[in-house]
Amino acid sequence: MKKIVSFILVFCLIASIALSFAGCSSKTKLFVYNVGDYIHPDVVSMFEAENPDIKVVYEIYDSNEDMHMKVSSKASPYDVIFPSDYMLEQMIDEGKINKLDFNNIPNAQNVDANMKGFSFDPNNEYSVPYMWGTMGILYNKKMVKEEVNSWDILWNEKYKGNIYMLNQERDMVSIALKKCGFSMNSDNDAELKEAEKALIEQKSLVKAYCGDEIKDNMINGGAALAIVWSGDAYYCINQNPDLAYAIPSEGSNLWFDCMAVPTTSTHKAEAEKFIDFMSRPDIAKLNAEYIGYSTANEKAKEMFDENVKNDKQRYPDLSEDFLEKMEVFSYNKKRNIKLTEIWTRVIG
Amino acid sequence: MYKKSLSYPHLVWMTLFVVAPMIIILIYAFTTGSDDGQVYFTLENFVKFFDKTNVKSFFNSIWVSFISVAVCFLLGYPAAYILADKDRRRTMAGKKPTGLLMLFIMPMWMNVMLKLYSWLAILNPGGLLHSFTSMLGLPDIDIMNTYTAVVLGTVYDYIPFMILPIYSVLIKIDTSVIEAAQDLGANPLKVFLKVVLPLSLPGIVSGFTMVFLPALTAFYIVDFFGGGQFMLIGNVIERYFSNELGRNIGSSISIILMLFAFLSMYLMRFFNKSNRQMSKF
Repeated sequence: MKKIVSFILVFCLIASIALSFAGCSSKTKLFVYNVGDYIHPDVVSMFEAENPDIKVVYEIYDSNEDMHMKVSSKASPYDVIFPSDYMLEQMIDEGKINKLDFNNIPNAQNVDANMKGFSFDPNNEYSVPYMWGTMGILYNKKMVKEEVNSWDILWNEKYKGNIYMLNQERDMVSIALKKCGFSMNSDNDAELKEAEKALIEQKSLVKAYCGDEIKDNMINGGAALAIVWSGDAYYCINQNPDLAYAIPSEGSNLWFDCMAVPTTSTHKAEAEKFIDFMSRPDIAKLNAEYIGYSTANEKAKEMFDENVKNDKQRYPDLSEDFLEKMEVFSYNKKRNIKLTEIWTRVIG
Repeated sequence: MYKKSLSYPHLVWMTLFVVAPMIIILIYAFTTGSDDGQVYFTLENFVKFFDKTNVKSFFNSIWVSFISVAVCFLLGYPAAYILADKDRRRTMAGKKPTGLLMLFIMPMWMNVMLKLYSWLAILNPGGLLHSFTSMLGLPDIDIMNTYTAVVLGTVYDYIPFMILPIYSVLIKIDTSVIEAAQDLGANPLKVFLKVVLPLSLPGIVSGFTMVFLPALTAFYIVDFFGGGQFMLIGNVIERYFSNELGRNIGSSISIILMLFAFLSMYLMRFFNKSNRQMSKF
């Protein structure tokens, strides 16, 4: 169903882009580049209705890496992009992101203060957080009778052949690091070695290392345990009430998708206007409802029903205790290649 | 002069998209970047290839491709033979060929990803295969995430490349040669082994190359059917290339793979030639 909807959306977008060229006028063109299915379908036209002199050209990408490549190639003068934390850090490092003028983005103050100041943008100069979430364990309550509160359960012989892991070296190594009691961003060779050993030890228990297929397979009861991101967990639980999501007590990954303006932008003021619009509580709420992820916009969250607001899976208490255990992935070129080498040794 | 100028677009195309990338890969393979932004010559990337895990993935790849080629041949040759035989008979009788060959060509027009996704719907737990076996009361066949599934995917994807060259060679065999063998008293098996098979060898050799070499470097089939449980050399290269600092190692592995491909092509050509000489006698 979701696929069909997104298909129709893509079609509409392409059609609207084509139309926009047909009716070429003196309007300012604003190039918005977002992940697929990551905005309420009406929001763009609402923005255009409020800003009649701006025409939004909306394009979508599959992954941060695709976006990075396209923006770097300067193929199109994108004005607003939606990078994840580590990609934002990398692009800031490469000098590809503009500093924002927050006078143009008064609604940025609606963003939860807890969501600010993370390592990818320590002084909140470059980005406005859009969605956020955690990485954790999705499990089937019918197959897992015990309490899930530790990464150790993924190393439990009982669940041999019943565990889905991600096919992503960074995420998997960081889980193993956390399990061994180290930082998820550790660059220490001895600690990485220990994580590698743990992953090799776990390999015989794992049913498969994959990506998006995990969601469907978990909904169909294909396995007992899986690694997922909180937004996907919420989607899966909606489809199959036997599923539940847990963030291990050792701590896990905390991720953010942000809005930013790349240096290729030729309409920075309009781009900031768009980011401001997206940060308006009513619009942020529309988007969060449609996407199903947790919004970083506190005012928007306040507008939700009690049962959503208090849903500890979608909106965990951002207590100091919690934040201390959670880690945001940081960008480190040299470490990335170490991770690749570890991963080829684990899988190869 | 006139004819030569016609080839220029092709020449430009080949230079831009075949020669230039090869040169870039060569440069990457023999260099390493350092912190000060300088590029240095090194052989270290090739040393890294001989890492235990890389060598293992390399031999895994050869093994999987070899099995796939063998299965493709065992399934493809009879198919090509039957098709060619039918079509030849019809042409001799003055009728049009059957057009059955189209059935093998048509799937090639479809997107590979689409085809692989439909296989997932069959093989996945709770998929079509599962409902079929449970309907018959048979035990579950769960080959997902195994080498068997990878070989199945490879064979499915590449079998047209085995059938087509064999078919095109078989259809050109002069019928009188076969008739001559029959007249001289050879039984059907002997006709096949002594006449048809040797004459179709060029087709077999090109079928082998066209299946073996792409299968050796494919990585998406493994990603789909292998469940990330093991890596073939194509996956290793892909992993390294998705990494900013991994391009050098990725390139060196690609070069070694290319050399291996050239070697196997050369061997097959040699095999083909020696056979042609033999068939003269």
